[in-house]
Amino acid sequence: MSDSDAHWHRRALEPNAGLFAILTTVAISIGGLVEIVPMFTIDAAKPGIAESVAPYTPLEVAGRDIYIREGCMVCHSQMVRPFRDETLRYGLWSRSEEYTWDRPFLLGSRRIGPDLHRVGGKYPDAWHYEHMRDPRSTTPGSVMPPYPWLLTWKIDPADVQASVVALNRVGTPYSADDLNNTAWMLQQQGDEIVGRMAQSGIEVTWDTEIVALTAYLQRLGTDREALSAEVAQQGEETR
Amino acid sequence: MSHAVDPPYDDEITKHFVWATVAFALVGMTVGAWIALELAFWPANLGVPYLTFGRLRPLHTNAVVFAFGGNIVFAGMYYSMQRLLKVRMWSDQLSKFHFWGWQGIIVAAAITLPLGLTQTHEYAELIWPIDIAIAVVFLAFAFNCAMTIANRKVQHLYVAIWFYISFLITIPVLHVVNNLAIPATMTRSYPVYSGMTDALVQWWYGHNAVGFFLTTPFLGLMYYFLPRAAERPVYSYRLSIIHFWALVFLYIWAGPHHLLYSSLPDWAQTLGMVFSIMLIAPSWGGMLNGLLTLRGAWDRLRTDPVLKFLVVAVSFYGMSTFEGPMMSIRAVNALSHYTNWVIGHVHSGALGWNGMISFGILYWLVPRLYDRPLYSTNLATQHFWIATVGIVLYTVTMWGAGLTEGLMWRAVDDSGQLQNPIFMDIVNRLQPFYWLRLVGGLMYLSGVVLMTWNLIKTATSPHPSGDDQLVAAK
Repeated sequence: MSDSDAHWHRRALEPNAGLFAILTTVAISIGGLVEIVPMFTIDAAKPGIAESVAPYTPLEVAGRDIYIREGCMVCHSQMVRPFRDETLRYGLWSRSEEYTWDRPFLLGSRRIGPDLHRVGGKYPDAWHYEHMRDPRSTTPGSVMPPYPWLLTWKIDPADVQASVVALNRVGTPYSADDLNNTAWMLQQQGDEIVGRMAQSGIEVTWDTEIVALTAYLQRLGTDREALSAEVAQQGEETR
Repeated sequence: MSHAVDPPYDDEITKHFVWATVAFALVGMTVGAWIALELAFWPANLGVPYLTFGRLRPLHTNAVVFAFGGNIVFAGMYYSMQRLLKVRMWSDQLSKFHFWGWQGIIVAAAITLPLGLTQTHEYAELIWPIDIAIAVVFLAFAFNCAMTIANRKVQHLYVAIWFYISFLITIPVLHVVNNLAIPATMTRSYPVYSGMTDALVQWWYGHNAVGFFLTTPFLGLMYYFLPRAAERPVYSYRLSIIHFWALVFLYIWAGPHHLLYSSLPDWAQTLGMVFSIMLIAPSWGGMLNGLLTLRGAWDRLRTDPVLKFLVVAVSFYGMSTFEGPMMSIRAVNALSHYTNWVIGHVHSGALGWNGMISFGILYWLVPRLYDRPLYSTNLATQHFWIATVGIVLYTVTMWGAGLTEGLMWRAVDDSGQLQNPIFMDIVNRLQPFYWLRLVGGLMYLSGVVLMTWNLIKTATSPHPSGDDQLVAAK
């Protein structure tokens, strides 16, 4: 240290660790406050809550929790960027309203496999069953590992109910049936998927994990067209 | 400088953290090499739920950032703080609690992540009970440091201590705000933020985990260990003031560069981009202050492996803090985002900067902690070269892979149609890159194996005086 002891920093700050800590706290707080607080307070920053984007059903919540457990977001993004090649490859670009009920968000940070934000409705239910059993049977050249355990492991309705209750507590609106008759709601939606899979000769029960995961994947990105119509009707193009 | 000086410092805690660093370097990088193999050769997922890429990748990142990186930061801080403040740590009990608490958290992470228990937020995957433990253990450490600073026997705080203070303050803020959640079960919770707000809060955290876990404490280590190893004073006091305050102020703003072209409001994206570019100045201020500290000592680079590691580390710091801002420019990000380029970038920072500076510190520290010479300078030099070549191979391969996939994704022919409509055609083009990357990573890992052998032999070899009893008695 060649500079003199008369330097203001050396005189005023360095002997005073408390003041130093306070100034550091101020310095590291400003950026976060400026960027994050408006997300809660300024309308232009907040994603509007669109009528056309409903909360995930209990079965979709169960499927989303499986998606999270298996780390699908490590290799698959859920964000179609507003580029020509991405809308050609995946479909309409993503809007913030679509993520309204995403806790946690699953935009991802790598595309080892393709983006999944518009995968809902792209393939029949049976395709997802086959794809999880053996990815290369549906997608030649895939590097995805098989997930055969999803075809036998069961979801626990009480566990899903705990998730729905917690999501409701944190602000996602759920009906009394979702909260109290979760097992029945799960079976209602699960049976529809079981029926469609049966037409392809696949036998599963409504509480198999693959049914819940399929419900979630088939929901992904399907609100987008209704959302566009809703936004057009309101005559505003906010993001 | 031995441990037998007055006042007596607690060097046992430093030794604990040193060996934990070595152990978790081996573990974290072995997992990294394994998941690299899983991408090159999918059957390496082994058909076991607990070993798939999706579950092991967070284990790799957590192990290298918080287990390897965390432990070397703590080792270096305990060693340097006591000497810079000329006082023993305020409480040995709190130091021990910090050590065992931190290792317990790492073990908990190594069990829960393969089980698929995760919050998904990158570098904040650990479930809520572990998050509470992290907050308690880190605050105990921060309190111990604060009391040690309060009891110091010198008036002025040296620049390394400034960086440690910013680390001690910012990490709890980031950790607590980003992990606010409502538990559903003992192992699952849902964040209080949703959608794009959750994304913004997470990347405010995620970017500053890089800033305040992998940058500021490591700069603090650089400001202590580089001048000690070079036996030269820090180049410029004035520069250290300017780049410290600029760095801690600017870093916090840069998070939104992880969300460019997302549906985050444009103004927030632009702030993230602009502040990222401004970050070049304070980052390079730190790099230059480190490199210029070596003025007049450059000849020692030929013979001293410690200085070799430190100089290459600071150079990689400069390189990756230039590359990062470039990748934050929207037009560049449009190409680089979601590709292997990002993986190459983080590894030039993690392997080049954090890894190499850690190795340099370990080679300097272990002989002094055990009061005997390094077992083999030759092995340390070999470690240096195999690690450097490994990093270059890794980074260059990932640039190639990233550019390949980025360009193939966006290629559109004259009629406006995708040139590569089948995604798997692009995936399969990357396989040679994945194999080469694995070779680069294995070279780096084998360097760590050499280092482990060298450090163990250093610590366990007979004392040069031939009287081990005397040393132990001190």
